[in-house]
Amino acid sequence: MPLGLLKYGLSRDYPVSEDIPATPALKPSYDVVIIGGGGHGLSCAHHLAKYHGITSVAVLEKGYLAGGNTARNTTTIRSNYITPQGIAFYKEGVALFETLSQELDFNVMFSQRGQLTLAHSEATLRSFHARAEMGKHLGTRTEVVDQKAVQELVPSLNMDYGGALEILGGLWHADGGTARHDAVAWGYAAQASRRGVEIHQRTEVQGFEIAGDRVQAVKTNRGRIACGQVLIATGGMNYDVALMAGVELPIRCYPLQAMVTQPLKPWLNTLVSSVSLHTYLVQSSRGEVVIGGGSDPYQLYSTRSTLDMKEHLAEGAVHLFPFLQGVRLLRQWAGITDMTPDNSPIMGASPLDNLWLDCGWGTWGFKATPVAGKRMAETIASGRVPDILKPFALERFETFQLLNEMGATAASH
Amino acid sequence: MKIMTCPMNGPRNIDEFQSFGPVRDELDPEQTADADWSRHLFRAENRKGVVVEWWRHVPSNYFFLAERDLVSNEIIRTFDASQRSGQS
Repeated sequence: MPLGLLKYGLSRDYPVSEDIPATPALKPSYDVVIIGGGGHGLSCAHHLAKYHGITSVAVLEKGYLAGGNTARNTTTIRSNYITPQGIAFYKEGVALFETLSQELDFNVMFSQRGQLTLAHSEATLRSFHARAEMGKHLGTRTEVVDQKAVQELVPSLNMDYGGALEILGGLWHADGGTARHDAVAWGYAAQASRRGVEIHQRTEVQGFEIAGDRVQAVKTNRGRIACGQVLIATGGMNYDVALMAGVELPIRCYPLQAMVTQPLKPWLNTLVSSVSLHTYLVQSSRGEVVIGGGSDPYQLYSTRSTLDMKEHLAEGAVHLFPFLQGVRLLRQWAGITDMTPDNSPIMGASPLDNLWLDCGWGTWGFKATPVAGKRMAETIASGRVPDILKPFALERFETFQLLNEMGATAASH
Repeated sequence: MKIMTCPMNGPRNIDEFQSFGPVRDELDPEQTADADWSRHLFRAENRKGVVVEWWRHVPSNYFFLAERDLVSNEIIRTFDASQRSGQS
């Protein structure tokens, strides 16, 4: 064995870099307590520390870092929604992904390969025209394409000409892409830690001390924390956590199921989804085909997978790409999605002065990880909700100003 | 496949049924303030625990009630809406 190698291996000074420190002891108070150590919470922590100079921040995570919906989503990044408010917000989210690896000095493997959504009916095509026009108006790359263009984009697609599910056209979104979900969370966690943010894993919030209109302290299984500001960003647990503070969110929880196949050689260059089949596919950089996304048709807090949903997703996938019929499944999983009545998130103020919401992310949260964190950090630092977030206020359900994105979400509802 | 027992048709596969969500009390349109309407429309029971829900057996278009645990997914009982008393 070369001596130099042995020297490094046995040296106490061997340069090991620690991106994310082990959970420290809890301090009695922090300026900002972020509940939820997923992508959104960590992104907010990073933006607070880097752009607003707020480093007395504790991120509380019940389980392990980014082990909830950050680990369970299917990594779609896009801005082809239908409301102008939604498109403007998600467009900023896509733009932040384009430079995220540089921002974090961490390769998040962003791959802007475009998303193709298929129409099997005239009605779907009409809705695509509305989305494309709204998208173009707001400066995103979204257009309706015909059968020929669909075939050129994805030559392996079964067009089913003359069949019951003939592909009539598609919505081509050149801005769409994917990134490595874990890397996004780890990158934010490493950057935030470097600037003094504390990440407390296995730290579960059990209640709040509230006096008047303010949260005085957060009670956890590791002790009480006095807090200046509090953010709730707990994905599937948002309803539960907000309820502890006496805030009843308009949220119903459903499991969303997905699965991946064994690795195949690269053949699928874009993201492909079908509105009628309630199925979408993307090939990961490892070659696995990620197939989503079936929402269970009734409320539930269980992350079990069901054979019914596997059959449904496999049927859709094999219809679009018949040669997948012999491919084996490697993994299946589910995440708890916090669905809002209008399929748009709830961001901004709560009925309590210093409790902020980054909730209602349902089946569409991953793509907003950078922008939600950036804008919520701005909100918490200034105490004012920026214009881009105002349409997503909780009050919209009292004033009946809903942002209906029902038709523009990818999963089945 | 998960089995649900329909009060009219007996045990059937769950995919023959459609969930209509937790039972909500009817409001009197003459007496209800906007805030209460909004709550009625958009807030549904979502606590971790047992809920009473409307379900429909789709082939027979029969609506009934079910008590179900939102964490374990156990269907505790199903019963005809006429037997609803003291539930909310």
